[in-house]
Amino acid sequence: MTRITVNVDGVSCTDEVEPRMLLVHYLREVVGKVGTVVGCDTSNCGACTVHLDGRSVKSCNVLAVQADGHDVTTIEGLSSNGELHPMQAAFHENHALQCGYCTPGMIMQAVDLVTENPNPSEEEIRVGLEGNLCRCTGYHNIVKAVAAAAGSMSSERTEAR
Amino acid sequence: MIPAAFDYVSPTSLDDALAALAEAGDDAKVLAGGQSLLPILRMRLNAPEKVVDLGRIEALRGIRDGGDHIAIGAMTPYSDVVTDALVQEHAGLLAKAVETVADPQIRHRGTVGGALVHADPAGDVGAPVLALDATMVVVGPGGERTVGAGEFFRDLFETAVGDGELLTEIRIPKHTGWGSAYEKFVRVSHQWSIVAVAATVRLEGGSIAEARVGLTNMGSTPLRASAVEQALVGKGLSDLESACAAAADGTNPPSDLNGDADYRRHLAAVLTRRAVQRAMGG
Repeated sequence: MTRITVNVDGVSCTDEVEPRMLLVHYLREVVGKVGTVVGCDTSNCGACTVHLDGRSVKSCNVLAVQADGHDVTTIEGLSSNGELHPMQAAFHENHALQCGYCTPGMIMQAVDLVTENPNPSEEEIRVGLEGNLCRCTGYHNIVKAVAAAAGSMSSERTEAR
Repeated sequence: MIPAAFDYVSPTSLDDALAALAEAGDDAKVLAGGQSLLPILRMRLNAPEKVVDLGRIEALRGIRDGGDHIAIGAMTPYSDVVTDALVQEHAGLLAKAVETVADPQIRHRGTVGGALVHADPAGDVGAPVLALDATMVVVGPGGERTVGAGEFFRDLFETAVGDGELLTEIRIPKHTGWGSAYEKFVRVSHQWSIVAVAATVRLEGGSIAEARVGLTNMGSTPLRASAVEQALVGKGLSDLESACAAAADGTNPPSDLNGDADYRRHLAAVLTRRAVQRAMGG
């Protein structure tokens, strides 16, 4: 067993884990962050996407021990004071989900995308989400939601100035 | 899918990493970004006794100006390579190829050095590194040595990096002002290259003064299309077809569900022409 300390959604967690434990299993089974889901388990589908030190990663393709000393943000850490993150609100408003299984990963990747590219074109949104699969094929509204959220996130930044 | 149990060490210096490898012997695996290794461990295609994680060795990360070359630390993630100003200015071909690797999440974790040592012939880093005449810095118990890209790739998943050694840096001669393009052929987004061609050219008065062409997934290692490079000298945008027709000569591409060998030879010629054309700005 290896002792790790990971900051998960703003809370410092110290646990003994087996080195072979995947980050997604650590988040779900040890920390209880079941908002992050296991989809394909082959690093293709992106459902398990979280942020590691602010950058999107597939948490089924990272060992928990690799996150020792680092910051993880899951879908459960996006909202603040009961207010949905603009990306979560945009997914809600644009009906950007059908079964909802891909949604946690889609939203985490979409936040990363808009952080790196505040005004993405439709093409850039589609390319930026290429590591996230929606098996309901509900991509159209997902792309609409990301574009809407990019707009509201950029006007929030302008107001903050 | 859960990997078989292993011991884990995460040294913070190169010396400690080499010592950990020496101690573990044959049963150790080096973990770089892990984007190929973790799927392999999860599917239990490999079950090492010990995993040596290079992720905490800061000295292996980053890109610096080495004068006549740029030096890329082996543990630099793909996403940093794509956006780096030095890479874009002096080795644009590498940035364009790396941008096509997998997806954004994987490019945040996967490393250039890890991909090179993993040496999957369908990977997108080998061909540009070969075409750009890179030099690899390899460190082992006996000290440091350098290996030219032409001698680096030995066979399927096999490189000049021996047991107990580590790739630490990739040195790429500056190709400032060269045009470049990476033409990757896949049937669906996010797929490994069926075939891809890396081309970079230096133009003089609208025709090619020098050309470098690397091929992805046309054999058990990345390959250099030297005959095409020679044939392209002096050519303009309108007469690329014949010079690129021989791109597959001397290659032994695989046949699989994505295409048989003849199909890949056909693709190599077509993609070479497209890559050179785009590299020329056409």
